Amino acid sequence: MAITVHCDIVSAEKSIFSGLVEMVVAHGTLGDLGIAPGHAPLLTQLNPGPIRVIKQNGDEEVYYVSGGMLEVQPKVVTILADTAQRADDVDEAAAQQAVEDARRALANQSSEINYSAAAAMLAEAAAQLRTIQALKKKMGK
Amino acid sequence: MSGAKEIRGKIASVKNTQKITSAMELVAASKMRKAQDRMAASKPYAEKIRQVVRHLANSNPEYKHTYMDEREVKRVGVIVVSSDRGLCGGLNINLFKKTLQLTKEWKEKGCEVDMALIGTKAVSFFRSVGGNVVATKTGLGDQPSIEDLIGAVKVMLDAFESGKIDRLYLMYNDFVNTMTQTPTSIQLLPLEASKDEAYQHHWDYIYEPEAKEILDYLLVRFVESQVYQGVVENNACEQAARMVAMKSATDNAGNLINDLQLVYNKARQAAITQEISEICGGAAAV
Repeated sequence: MAITVHCDIVSAEKSIFSGLVEMVVAHGTLGDLGIAPGHAPLLTQLNPGPIRVIKQNGDEEVYYVSGGMLEVQPKVVTILADTAQRADDVDEAAAQQAVEDARRALANQSSEINYSAAAAMLAEAAAQLRTIQALKKKMGK
Repeated sequence: MSGAKEIRGKIASVKNTQKITSAMELVAASKMRKAQDRMAASKPYAEKIRQVVRHLANSNPEYKHTYMDEREVKRVGVIVVSSDRGLCGGLNINLFKKTLQLTKEWKEKGCEVDMALIGTKAVSFFRSVGGNVVATKTGLGDQPSIEDLIGAVKVMLDAFESGKIDRLYLMYNDFVNTMTQTPTSIQLLPLEASKDEAYQHHWDYIYEPEAKEILDYLLVRFVESQVYQGVVENNACEQAARMVAMKSATDNAGNLINDLQLVYNKARQAAITQEISEICGGAAAV
């Protein structure tokens, strides 16, 4: 059996995932991270995006987080998500709509919409779409 | 018959009170369920962030955050979480007693104590008892949000950063089960290290991007989430304590009504007997 590490994903609302995993792939602020068992202690912030966990038996699960923290200890990986969703729950149509809205808001800067808020909205919606695409790829496999 | 009439009035008023207390019991029971759900929902996050922070306190970081400084204690900060409303048994009083005890212990060591109060009951209690209150927050309602708490928490965090206080405690009621709530104090700052053997050697995290940025974000988050968890838990305690208190009030009212009914019957019987004997006496005289 492959070497595993315990992984917990929690958001302010609930515990999302807890169990043994072979690898965790997340979007850090400085780039993507793949955490395997025995990784050196690490503390990083997360960008909005999908988190992929490869479970003990090789199954993959994808979660969506809109930011948070990742802590790595040799024996435990903890993700403190701001909000986390199972990727299946992220609605593709809604995400696409949000991207559209955000783009329009950015293009239409003469209106009273706050530029930075719109940019953040766009980043989040794009991240949700990325999650869905990651999920689709997995399904297609 | 004047005595009997008075008693009848009394019985009616106790019955009214009983109706109110039993209604409050039902309301508290349904609110408790929701409060318990909320408590259970935010618990994993609060616990995990606590665990992460404990690991952090054990590391030997390149950048030492102010919150990790173990200083000589001259002044202590306490955040007291109480309920906004009364009629919940000894819940708040037990907590205040424990707070006063903690205050006394520190005063004996020659330290001053600053307090941040959450909830109307704490505000009015410490106004009458006295105490150095630096911040208050009331009217959180049944669905407290983190945003509501940030103000009061920030006052304490700023005080710690500027060195005004050297230690920060959180006092709240811990929800054990519906019947039991225990007043609890936990130390928020400086961070407590985990006792786990595995973390005792010399090590440090890899920080991405910057240690300072991450620690600022994480530690403020940590304190806020702990206080929030305290508030949510206290809320569940309040509803549970109220439910129990109102149940016993309803039972007591029932007992009282029974006793009064007995007294009323006796008085009525005595009046009838007296009347009969008066009539008999009158008839005999004729």
